[in-house]
Amino acid sequence: MDKLKTLARRKETLAVIALTMLLLFNVFFTPGFFSLELKEGHFYGSLIDVLKRGAPLMFMAIGMTFVIATGSTDISVGSVASIAGAVAAQMIGGDFSTAAGSAAASLTPLPIAIAAALAVATLCGVWNGFLVSRLGIQALIATLLQVAGRGIAQLITRGNVITMYYKPFFEFGTGYFLGFPICIYVVLAVALAAYLFSKKTSYGLFLESSGSNRSSSRYAGIKVQRMIWVAFAVSGLMAGIAGVLIASEVKAADANNAGLNYELDAILAVVLGGNSMKGGRFSLPGSLIGALLVQALTTTIYMKGVPAQTILVFKAVVVIVVGIIQTTDYGKLLAKFIKKRPAGVFEVEK
Amino acid sequence: MPKETALLQMNDIVKIYPGVRALNNVTFTLYRGEIHSLCGENGAGKSTLIKILTGAEIRDGGDIFLDGIPIFPKTPMDAQKSGISTVYQEINLCPNLSVAENIFIGRQPRKRIGGIDWKKMNRLAETAMARLNIRMDVASMLGEYSVAIQQMIAIARAVDMNSKVLVLDEPTSSLDAKEVRQLFFTMRKLRNAGMGIIFISHFIDQIYEITDRVTILRNGNYIDSQLTKDLPRMNLISKMIGKDIAADVLHKGSEAGAEKSVFYSAKRLGKRGVIAPLDIQIKYGEVLGFAGLLGCGRTETARLIFGIDRADEAEVEINGKRVKILSPADAIRSGIGFCPEDRKTDGIIANLTVRENIILALQGRYGMFRRIPFAKQVEIANHYIELLSIATPGCEQLAGNLSGGNQQKVILARWLTINPDLLLLDEPTRGIDVGAKTEIMNIVVRLAKEGKAILFISSELDEVVRCSDRVLVFRDRSLTGELTGELDARRIMETIAHAGGEAPARSPAEEGLYG
Repeated sequence: MDKLKTLARRKETLAVIALTMLLLFNVFFTPGFFSLELKEGHFYGSLIDVLKRGAPLMFMAIGMTFVIATGSTDISVGSVASIAGAVAAQMIGGDFSTAAGSAAASLTPLPIAIAAALAVATLCGVWNGFLVSRLGIQALIATLLQVAGRGIAQLITRGNVITMYYKPFFEFGTGYFLGFPICIYVVLAVALAAYLFSKKTSYGLFLESSGSNRSSSRYAGIKVQRMIWVAFAVSGLMAGIAGVLIASEVKAADANNAGLNYELDAILAVVLGGNSMKGGRFSLPGSLIGALLVQALTTTIYMKGVPAQTILVFKAVVVIVVGIIQTTDYGKLLAKFIKKRPAGVFEVEK
Repeated sequence: MPKETALLQMNDIVKIYPGVRALNNVTFTLYRGEIHSLCGENGAGKSTLIKILTGAEIRDGGDIFLDGIPIFPKTPMDAQKSGISTVYQEINLCPNLSVAENIFIGRQPRKRIGGIDWKKMNRLAETAMARLNIRMDVASMLGEYSVAIQQMIAIARAVDMNSKVLVLDEPTSSLDAKEVRQLFFTMRKLRNAGMGIIFISHFIDQIYEITDRVTILRNGNYIDSQLTKDLPRMNLISKMIGKDIAADVLHKGSEAGAEKSVFYSAKRLGKRGVIAPLDIQIKYGEVLGFAGLLGCGRTETARLIFGIDRADEAEVEINGKRVKILSPADAIRSGIGFCPEDRKTDGIIANLTVRENIILALQGRYGMFRRIPFAKQVEIANHYIELLSIATPGCEQLAGNLSGGNQQKVILARWLTINPDLLLLDEPTRGIDVGAKTEIMNIVVRLAKEGKAILFISSELDEVVRCSDRVLVFRDRSLTGELTGELDARRIMETIAHAGGEAPARSPAEEGLYG
């Protein structure tokens, strides 16, 4: 019984339950959701699709977890992803003439192009971190500036959609290894690295203490500002990886649409994963499950043939339900409903 | 004793919070045309009583009569309607609105079609300010005026509507001397107009300057009520602190001859408007006590030492070497630890575990990349749990679930891990039960015997007496005296009351009156 209680109190539990329920729903109502096909040594199916399409979101959710643990938000991740995509595309080059035949060349060696894209994205994060931690600008406003980052991405691509023809670059987004999409392995590797960074250095502890109680942490000699700064830098880097992945998948850099609205999904994923927007304790696995939940929801809606435009409505419903559950302990909430409280008692979190 | 009926009569007021009886049959009487001070140390029940009067809290027992009519304010609005106005310590006005808007916010005069009648509002605002003898441009932004004027505007807003009682909760805490005079002028004017004013302040001088009567509370109990001029300062303070001076002395390490070397020394340590510059030295192996009433500058001094606030100018030496302490991290590097006054907001991190709370400062000193291995963390945590007998089911318990005394010990443990040379303890015994208090004091003395320098701040005089080798006495934001040798609570109280002691007297006039 005690074990059950501890389990119920764990952050991730809610996300796991929601994901399970969604999958159960699909077992009964979405024929073919669980079918896996092996074609030419590659697995195909909705589940693989969820993982593959959810990959950019999972990257962003990792970075967002750190930022939210400090009690801030980073709404620039979508734009930063588009910048990273634009940088990579510009360096690889979108000239069809270089793509003559299958031995298409890249303008810059591929590792350098990717490294540059990630470096630029990290720099964007560092800039956000500077605004928030050093200048004390509210995170929402500071990162809102970066939404103008789409403008930067436009500048880089000179307003064009750069289509790429250099095949090795597409491996990240479209390639397969041992039957599974390569991007899934990358997600696993990056998530593991982030997890180890938070657990094997003291960063996780400092982040949690800074997010829980800034003043106490400062008095204990922790450089709270630096912790916030690092969180934004990591978020920038993660958005960069997502941006490169998106560009690699669609084989183009579209400054207008790459990573559009991802920031909200990323925040949703982190919150679904049981992380409080107030900061403090965080769970990376929770955020990843949250990201999968968001993607699974999207895929389910598509498969049910619901018009794509209405997806936001479904997400909104999920946000409302989760928001309500998070404001109070589930038990308390239940008790409230049983005791029949007057209407309008739902607190809205800041 | 005036024969008139009371303007405000509060009888047998009871307020119970979970586990605490915050007010225990408290009686309070306010007459027309008097300024009445409500005195008491932290936790005496002043603010609870005020909250009940102004409808911010609901009483659990007792009666309130205003002009002989029973009232039961349930919200601040109720209280306001029945004629009780309050100006809180933190001015809750909007700096980006005009003065007139601030005065009439929520009740702006309307034109017939519904728009705001700006002309009328400004005219009324001018009249309201003129009542306080202030002529000003009421159309300009509130933020352009000084804090004192803002306070007046807050008062103008509060007293605008037929108020009978005005509550001023620590109105002078952010004012300088000139601004205080301005405020007092306004208060006298309102008093002469027949209003009853409740004035809460921790400045003893101000209480004697402005009030006609004082009521003293202690630990939720009514102690006494007297005309201010009939109550010597000494008696007021002893009634507030409530002494039975019979404590056994725990620590008298300062034997003659045993010269200790100085660990920390600062010259002209001070911050404008917070604490007057002072010189201070703390030696290895001694417990230096800070005594004084709430808000006297003892906490502020500790915060300057630890680098939480920056001193205006100070020459700080650690072990004889000049250092600059600009942040807590600097202080920690110099070997200083700090247990803050407000355990909940500045000390404990409630949703981290006991282990994480204990190793936090040590890990902070190691930095991000030299993580203390988990097994070592557990070992350190368990060591201190045992050493300080912290009552917890285990080191993975959330610190927020521990009792106050045990949380305090966790914070102590946090500092002991870095083995500091100087430990600043600000009210380490506040809000914890008696047994835990004694334990904490024993730990303090033990640490000093081990050679650490300890700064011990407490509002409980007998605790200061029991632990300290030397006591610095603060009053009204400056250091007023130093007591060495045989300490007793009476001497400390005299120093607080008279600013005399072994330091030069601050005000000869007072010496003449009470000396």
